[in-house]
Amino acid sequence: MQPFQYQQPADAAGAVATVAATDGAVFLGGGTNLVDLMKLGVEAPGLLVDVTRLPMDRIEPAPDGGLLIGAGVRNSDLAADPRVRAEYPVLAQALLAGASGQLRNMATVGGNLLQRTRCLYFQDVTKPCNKRRPGSGCPARTGDHRNLAILGGSGSCIATHPSDMAVALAALGAVVHVQGADGPRALDLAELYRLPGDEPDRETTLSRGDLITAVELPPLGFARRSAYRKVRDRASYAFAVTSVAAALDVEDGLVRDVRLALGAVAPVPWRARRGEQAMLGRPATAETFRGAADAELAAAAPLRGNVFKVPLVSNVVTAVLSQLAGSTR
Amino acid sequence: MNATVDTPQAGRMTRVDGPDKVTGRARYAFEHPVDAAVYAWPVQSTIAKGEIRDTDAGAALALPGVLAVLTPDNAPRLTADDPELALFQTRAVAYRGQLVAAVVATTLETARAAADLVRIDYAEAPHDVTLTPDHRGLYKPDKVNPNFPTDTEAGDPDGAFAAAPVRVDKMYRTPGEHNNPMEPHATIAWWDGDRLTVFDATQGPSRAATIIAGVFGLQPGQVRVIAEHVGGGFGAKGTPRPNVILAAMAARAVGRPVKCVLSRQQMFAVVGHRAPSIQRVRLGADENGRLTAIVHDVIGQTSTIKEFAEQTAVATRHMYAAPNRRTTHRMVRLDVPTPAWMRAPGECPGMFALESAMDELAVACGIDPVELRIRNEPAVEPESGKPFSSRNLVACLREGAAWFGWTDRDPSPGARRDGPWLTGTGVAASTYPARAMASQALVSVDATGHYVVSIAAVDIGTGARTALLAVAAGALGVPADHVTLRIGDSELPPAMIAGGSMGNASWSWAVTDACRALREQIRARDGAIPAGGLSAQSSTGDAIGALPDHARYSFGAQFAEVRVDADTGEVRVPRLLGVFAAGRIVVPVMARSQFIGGMTMGLSMALHEESMIDPQFGDYPNHDLASYHIAANADVGDIDARWIDEDEPELGPAGAKGIGEVGIVGTAAAIANAVYHATGIRIRDLPIRLDKLLL
Repeated sequence: MQPFQYQQPADAAGAVATVAATDGAVFLGGGTNLVDLMKLGVEAPGLLVDVTRLPMDRIEPAPDGGLLIGAGVRNSDLAADPRVRAEYPVLAQALLAGASGQLRNMATVGGNLLQRTRCLYFQDVTKPCNKRRPGSGCPARTGDHRNLAILGGSGSCIATHPSDMAVALAALGAVVHVQGADGPRALDLAELYRLPGDEPDRETTLSRGDLITAVELPPLGFARRSAYRKVRDRASYAFAVTSVAAALDVEDGLVRDVRLALGAVAPVPWRARRGEQAMLGRPATAETFRGAADAELAAAAPLRGNVFKVPLVSNVVTAVLSQLAGSTR
Repeated sequence: MNATVDTPQAGRMTRVDGPDKVTGRARYAFEHPVDAAVYAWPVQSTIAKGEIRDTDAGAALALPGVLAVLTPDNAPRLTADDPELALFQTRAVAYRGQLVAAVVATTLETARAAADLVRIDYAEAPHDVTLTPDHRGLYKPDKVNPNFPTDTEAGDPDGAFAAAPVRVDKMYRTPGEHNNPMEPHATIAWWDGDRLTVFDATQGPSRAATIIAGVFGLQPGQVRVIAEHVGGGFGAKGTPRPNVILAAMAARAVGRPVKCVLSRQQMFAVVGHRAPSIQRVRLGADENGRLTAIVHDVIGQTSTIKEFAEQTAVATRHMYAAPNRRTTHRMVRLDVPTPAWMRAPGECPGMFALESAMDELAVACGIDPVELRIRNEPAVEPESGKPFSSRNLVACLREGAAWFGWTDRDPSPGARRDGPWLTGTGVAASTYPARAMASQALVSVDATGHYVVSIAAVDIGTGARTALLAVAAGALGVPADHVTLRIGDSELPPAMIAGGSMGNASWSWAVTDACRALREQIRARDGAIPAGGLSAQSSTGDAIGALPDHARYSFGAQFAEVRVDADTGEVRVPRLLGVFAAGRIVVPVMARSQFIGGMTMGLSMALHEESMIDPQFGDYPNHDLASYHIAANADVGDIDARWIDEDEPELGPAGAKGIGEVGIVGTAAAIANAVYHATGIRIRDLPIRLDKLLL
C-alpha cells in the first residue's frame, strides 16, 4: 500500500472542492471496498477525504413522497428502517442479502453504489485488465468469467457490478443526488452508470469531485409487494451469481405495472425494461413471466463459462414474479 | 501391551486454553512482542516458467525504511534438500507465485510497498498447467505419499470386471483445494550468534527445527522452534514453508529480528495444497451386489521441482472385499505450485470417487447402499490378508442408519419435493489409518506435589493441550490442576507432528509412559517426594516398533440430507450425521469439535472449494476467501457426530486411533449421493455447484 493523506472535511462543499482540486484524491465512505483495493494495489489514492462524518446519515420523507436516504447511511441502518421494510421490502431484502453483518455496519449507501467489480483480473495488478489499465487487454473472455456479464458487456470488458442494493434501487427507479463543483444536481440511477464500451475504466457519469449526497426513492405504492432473490454459491457471505429485484402490481389477474431489475449479469445494475414491457397488460402467469425473461435475455451474449446464467435468470425471474403474483391475489 | 490409561476427568473437561483464546491472551506466532523487529515481504514470480534474467532493487532500496532486498543475486547460499525451501538459490522459475525475492523494511507496509518496486526481468518460457487424462507427461512415481506402493494388483481384475453381471465404470474428478487455515503462515526469527530462534506457525516444532537446521547448515540443537498456539494447519504447516526460511535468512541479513507473515493470496502459491485428481473407478459385482472386481486408477499432478504423489487410491486397498482388484497412480509434472498434504491426503479425494461409485453400484443392483457396503465387508485386510486390530464400519453404518432414520428410505431419485426444493439423502463410508510415531516425554514433580509434563507436541486448535492434560492427570492419578503441561517448543522432548491423525496417539503414549514411570518412583518411596523432586522420561520408539503386524484404521459412516432448489440448482445440506469408530475418545468435547470440523470441511469440499487453475497465467486466480469459497455458518445445518465404543487394544495406552481426518473422508460422497437421490443428477466432478445442476 502506498502512503496516503487523510482528511475529514467540515462540510460537503469543502469535501467536493478538495477532491476536485487534488490529483489522486478520493472520497472515503465505509472503506469496505476501497481499502481492500488499496491493499491489493488496484487503487493508490494520494488523499482520502472521509465523508462519513458529514451530515448525510439521515433517512427522511422526500418532499414529493418517497424517501430521501443520506449517502452516508450505513447499509445495516437502511435495511432496518421501518419505512423501507414496509414500503420497499425489495431494498431491505437486497441489503440483507449482501456481505456480512460486520460489513453492512460499515458500508454506506454512496459507497455501495460505487463499489468495483469482483472480476479476478481487475483485482490482480500483475495481470492485464482494460478497466484497470486501459488497452492492456481482457483475460476474462478466455479465462475465468463464470460470474461475469451476459448483458451489456463489450469486447473490452465483461465485468459485473457486484452490488445487491443497487439492483433493488434500479428496480425502484431511484434518483441519485450529487453535489459537484458547480452545485447540486439529481440524476436517475440509470444515468449514473455507463456501460463499458471501449472505455471500461469509465464506470459512471460522475466527474472528479462529484459527491453522492443522497438517494431518493420515488413513491411507488405497489413496491410494498416487492422482493429480492439472490442466487449465490453459498448460503451467505457471497456475491450474487444472479439476482432479481421485482415489484408487481396485478389487477384482475393482469399485470398493471411491474418493475424488474437483474444483478450479477451486467456491468451495471440492469433494469429489465424490455421484460417489463413484455408483461404489461398480460395475465400474471408463469408463462407471461418466462416470456418476459426471455424477451430481456434475447440480447444476452454469454460465454462458455457463464452460459448457464441464461436459463438461471429465466428461472429466477419466473419464480420471483410468480411468488409476487401469488401474494397479490 | 500396556494397559489402557484411565482418564476419569476427561469427560468433564472443556478446552483448557479456551479462555486465553477468546480473550486474546493466547499468542500466535506473529503476535509475540519482539524488540526491534523488522519485516520481510516476499516478491512472487509473475511468470509460470522461465528464468530470471535480471533483477533491479534500486527503486525498492531507495524507499525510506527499506533495509535489504534479497534476490538470487545476493541471497546467502543454503543447503536445502527441499527445492521449496531453497529460497533465491536459482534463477529458474517453476511456477507463478514462486518466491523470487524479498524486501526487509522497518514496517510491514514499507516492506510490502517496496516489494512492488523490485523489478525482475524474466525470460519467459511456455507453460503447461492443465492436467488431462491422456497427458503425454504421465509417469509412474516410485511410491505414493508417504511410502505406499504406487500400484497394487490381485487376481484378474480385468477379466473379473468384464465378466461381472453388474458393472460401474466411471470417471470422477476432484479440483485443486487449498488448506486455508485461519492463521496465515507466520514466523518471527532472530539469531544469537549461530543460534536461531523462531516463533513459527507450525504443526511440529521438533521436525521444523531439524529441517530448518538442515537448510542453514546447522546442527538441530542450534535451532529452537516455538509454537505456543497455532491457528489451524490441515497439513499446510506440517513442515516449514518458505516463510520460515525467509524470516531466518532476512534476520541474518539485517542483524535484527524479522517478522514475516504471508498474505492469503501468497498462501495459494507457496504453502501447498491438494492437487486436482482424475479418477477412474470400475466395480464389478454379482446380482446380489457382491463385489468381484475393484479397479481404481488415479491421475494426479505435481510441480516440476518437487514430487508430491497423493495416495488417492490407497483407501480402496482396504475398504471392501473382492477377489480381483487393482489400484494405480500416475502423475504429471506441470508448471504449477507444489502440492502437499491437505487434511486426509489420499483418503479424502479417493473416497469421494470410491464411495460415489459404490452408490452407483447400489443403484445398478437395486440394493440399499448401506446394505451393499455391509455385504462387502472384508474379514481381513483384503490385499495383505492381515487381521484388523479393530474394524467397526458395519456398526457405524447400522447405528448411523438407525439414528439418521434411514430405514424407510425410498431409493427413487428425483421423487421428493417440498415447495421449490427437491430433497434426498445419501450415505458414504469413511476411513483413515490409525498410527503412532515415536515420541518422547519428560515428567517431573516438585516437593509440593505439582507436576510438569513436557513434550514437543503442539495444539493447532485440535484440543491436544486439553487431551494431553487429561491423559497426564489420569496416568498420574492426580487432579488436572496439579499438572502443568508444556508443549509447543522444540527444546522439549522431541515428538511427532500434529499430523496424519497421529498427534494424540503418539503423544499420549509417551506422556502415559513417562507419568507411569514417575508414579512408580513415587510409589517405591511410599509417596514421599524428596525436596529436589523427581522426574521420569519416556521414549516410545521401541514399543511402536514392536507393534504386531496388523491393519489399523478408523472407520465411519456419513449420512447427509440435501435440498436442491429446482429453479436455481442451489444445494443446501440441512442435516449431516457422522458415526465413527476411532478407538477410545479421550475428551468428548474436543473430539466432537474435531469430527464436526472435519465433516464441515467435507461439506465445503462437496459444495464450494475449488482452486481454479488459469491456463493463461498458470496460477490459481481465485486466491482469496471472497472468491475461494469455504462453507460459511449458514451452509451448515444440523450437524452431529457420534461414535461407538471401540476397544483398540494395540495403539498405545490411550487406545485412541486419531480423529483429525476421518471426519472429512466420505462427506463429499455422502452429499453427492444425496444430490443424486434428490435430483437424479450424478455429479462426478466436485464441487457440486448450482450450474452443474441447472443444465
